[in-house]
Amino acid sequence: MPEEEKKPKKLVPKKYPMPEQDPKERIHNFNEVPMGQDAQTAIAEAQRCLQCKRGPNRKVCMDGCPVEIEIPAFIKKVQEGDFAEAIKIIRQKQNLPAVCGRVCPYENQCEGFCIVGKKNEPVGIGRLERFLADWERNQPLQGKIDVPPPTGKKVAVVGGGPAGLTVAGDLAKLGHKVTVFEALQYCGGVLVYGIPEFRLPKAIVYSEVDYIKRSGVEILNDYVIGKLDTVDELLKDYDAVFVGTGAGLPDWTNLPGENLNGIMSANEFLTRVNLMKAFKFPDYDTPVRVGERVVTIGGGNVAMDCARTSLRLGCKESVILYRRSDAELPARREEVHHAQQEGVRFELLAAPVKFIADDCGNVKQVEAIRMQLGEPDASGRRRPIKIEGSNFLIDAQTVLIAIGQSPNPLVPMTTPDLKTTKEGTIAVDEAGRTSKKGVFAGGDIASGAATVILAMGDGKRAARAMHKYLTEDSSWPAPEVFEKLSCEM
Amino acid sequence: MYEVVKSEKLTPDVIRLEISAPHIAKKAKAGQFIMVTPTEHGERIPLTMADFSPQKGTVTIAALEVGKTTKQLGRMKAGDKLFSLVGPLGLPTELHKVGNVVAIGGGIGLALMYPVVRALKEAGNHTINIIGARNEKLLMYEEEIKSVSDEFFVCTDDGSKGHHGFVSDILKKLIAENKKIDMVYAVGPIIMMKVIANITKPYNIHTVVSLNPIMVDGTGMCGSCRVIIDGKTKFGCVDGPEFDGHKVDFENLTARNKRYIPEEQAALKRFMEAK
Ligand SMILES: Cc1cc2nc3c(=O)[nH]c(=O)nc-3n(C[C@H](O)[C@H](O)[C@H](O)COP(=O)(O)OP(=O)(O)OC[C@H]3O[C@@H](n4cnc5c(N)ncnc54)[C@H](O)[C@@H]3O)c2cc1C
Ligand SMILES: Cc1cc2nc3c(=O)[nH]c(=O)nc-3n(C[C@H](O)[C@H](O)[C@H](O)COP(=O)(O)OP(=O)(O)OC[C@H]3O[C@@H](n4cnc5c(N)ncnc54)[C@H](O)[C@@H]3O)c2cc1C
Ligand code: SF4
Ligand code: SF4
Ligand code: FES
Repeated sequence: MPEEEKKPKKLVPKKYPMPEQDPKERIHNFNEVPMGQDAQTAIAEAQRCLQCKRGPNRKVCMDGCPVEIEIPAFIKKVQEGDFAEAIKIIRQKQNLPAVCGRVCPYENQCEGFCIVGKKNEPVGIGRLERFLADWERNQPLQGKIDVPPPTGKKVAVVGGGPAGLTVAGDLAKLGHKVTVFEALQYCGGVLVYGIPEFRLPKAIVYSEVDYIKRSGVEILNDYVIGKLDTVDELLKDYDAVFVGTGAGLPDWTNLPGENLNGIMSANEFLTRVNLMKAFKFPDYDTPVRVGERVVTIGGGNVAMDCARTSLRLGCKESVILYRRSDAELPARREEVHHAQQEGVRFELLAAPVKFIADDCGNVKQVEAIRMQLGEPDASGRRRPIKIEGSNFLIDAQTVLIAIGQSPNPLVPMTTPDLKTTKEGTIAVDEAGRTSKKGVFAGGDIASGAATVILAMGDGKRAARAMHKYLTEDSSWPAPEVFEKLSCEM
Repeated sequence: MYEVVKSEKLTPDVIRLEISAPHIAKKAKAGQFIMVTPTEHGERIPLTMADFSPQKGTVTIAALEVGKTTKQLGRMKAGDKLFSLVGPLGLPTELHKVGNVVAIGGGIGLALMYPVVRALKEAGNHTINIIGARNEKLLMYEEEIKSVSDEFFVCTDDGSKGHHGFVSDILKKLIAENKKIDMVYAVGPIIMMKVIANITKPYNIHTVVSLNPIMVDGTGMCGSCRVIIDGKTKFGCVDGPEFDGHKVDFENLTARNKRYIPEEQAALKRFMEAK
């Protein structure tokens, strides 16, 4: 393949295909759906890149990457077949390449800005990133990672999700002594308890966590800050604290019947299946049961994950109930496409009204109502309006509520002088500083539920600011700044 | 990994384990619980701390062996290690001086009420403690509870010790005798707590019960533990586990705790056949 593209470069209009498990097969297993590309295909894909230069009026791929990976530079190395150098370039900015190469919404980010993408399919930047990270993981282990001499400064990171791990990795690379306090038995946050195995194999997350450990970061699991030590207590032992506790609180519909058996939050369902490995019951002890039909309420990535997981647990039909239309589905297009391929039924423009029980207190039906789209609301999306009298019933043995997550309140609740917004997020300035001196925050706890790469971007910015705070300038913005921030948001 | 430093059977099917966990012991308060995962493939289950010692750096749990995970704990010996232990979780018991307090425990609740009644006594209350079990052999913590009681009653369902009948009989009697009662604290089987709450409700006696919904994370992330209190949904793990007994929807709790019975039975059968 690669030979053809030499000299007068003829552009290959489409990305080289990603081999995937057959939908009929894969709904019976939890193995990863896209199977990865080989070295030859990666090099060919890299050769589709034009090596564009950034300009003041010219936005290219890098402008779309929240952590500013030097995309043309690493792609150049792939073109040359120098994978070791290519992944090194990525690692300068990105601590979790194997993860982001899989779950980043790159279609709106790096690839959305790709010049090739203007007329053809963009360069498969996400796939290349994934390829390199997977390649690296299959190389012999490197032992400890070189870090500069200790600065003598100690940092506590609360929460081992993408935001916290990024801060930990970056500050360790600068010679600070970092300890991560994680509430669960494994690090990774949503990456281990939320996103399913078939999208992101847990072994990959563990190996990324291991990489961070090898750079000298200490990780304390089973450690709930706010219940064990408080942030104030951490400040006695550490020079700075980063809070990255995520948006782990499930939102509810508050409709009648929501506490029936068989109705679960997406978090409970996914935690049982992913963190506790209920899909391997009885080899693992935690149970989960879906029954014949599962109705998932919501239309985001979380809802797609629920609907697709249900199929793999053996339900006969998996239905998504979403109140707007296909065009407004907030999930990534790729996820919607995968769900459709697998036979998930989309019941669009419909919203639940109440949940109906059988004689034993289990849910048996969802009563729903048809919707139509009206004028755009504040978010710019057209507002769904009920069509009176259009109620209908869907049978369901399991109902999964995937309508959103709110910020985890534990740390703000136990840290009196940490200002929050009315949405419950921690108020931060552009550097990730909070109203409490020495305390930084980022990721979903500061932004509200967002994405892995935005959480990492927050982590990057905070790590830079923390380094400056620890080594040069320990001044702090005046309290009024945060007063204002907490009202604005 | 958390090491078991002491293991003993309190009754044929209650195991008490003292576990090394200095960081938890330092922060623990009466009424709080921990999430225990015995092995890497195990389930996370909530267990109340029956005791804790910041000096020794240990926490103590007492578990009634009802299913796979508690039976697995039942086989733990000193020196064995537990995969994961998270805590202290939940809100501590509110321990004020209120006057005359009647504390009632049934079954495994006997082990759990001890740190609470001890603290109630230390807070300066007049403590009336009522304990009950199916028969004499299943009684536990009798001496300990007695030692912090101003008044003390024992009941057994079969009459093998103390009053022949239920703990609720004694409570009814105290009320009938016009005993001044400022608060009732009840911990034990759901049915017992429900009966107690129904008895005190007409008299408006403040009644606190300790609920045991099925949990997964124990930190407020999933809602597996939701209970209905005064018509509103609350999370047992972060808003509880103790609630106003007059406001609890016990039917809902009973129904929700039956969610996984077929799977629980399958897991138990497999476990018992394997060993
Ligand atoms: C099912 C699902 C699918 C998703 N799919 C995608 C996707 O495809 N692409 C994408 O980009 N994004 C996706 N997201 C969103 C993305 O996962 C999150 O935006 C991202 O994980 C946020 O990172 P974080 O570090 O801020 O928080 P989290 O990942 O939530 O991590 C927070 C960590 O803090 C710990 N913690 C909380 N409180 C405490 C405490 N008091 N003490 C100690 N530790 C604590 C938690 O246990 C957790 O490990 C998905 C989310 C979900 C739920
Ligand atoms: C906050 C809290 C504190 C608790 N403290 C203690 C304690 O100190 N000592 C103790 O012995 N138990 C305690 N429990 C109950 C304990 O968690 C359960 O008994 C345990 O999860 C059962 O696990 P298993 O795998 O052994 O049995 P399973 O196989 O899960 O269940 C076996 C049987 O027990 C019943 N059961 C399941 N879960 C519960 C539950 N949460 N509560 C009551 N019955 C249940 C089932 O209906 C089934 O019949 C507590 C529960 C909560 C929520
Ligand atoms: S991190 Fe995400 S946005 Fe950045 S290059 Fe990788 S896939 Fe693209
Ligand atoms: S914009 Fe596209 S073609 Fe240009 S350098 Fe970036 S990846 Fe290559
Ligand atoms: S056990 Fe998950 S929220 Fe309470």
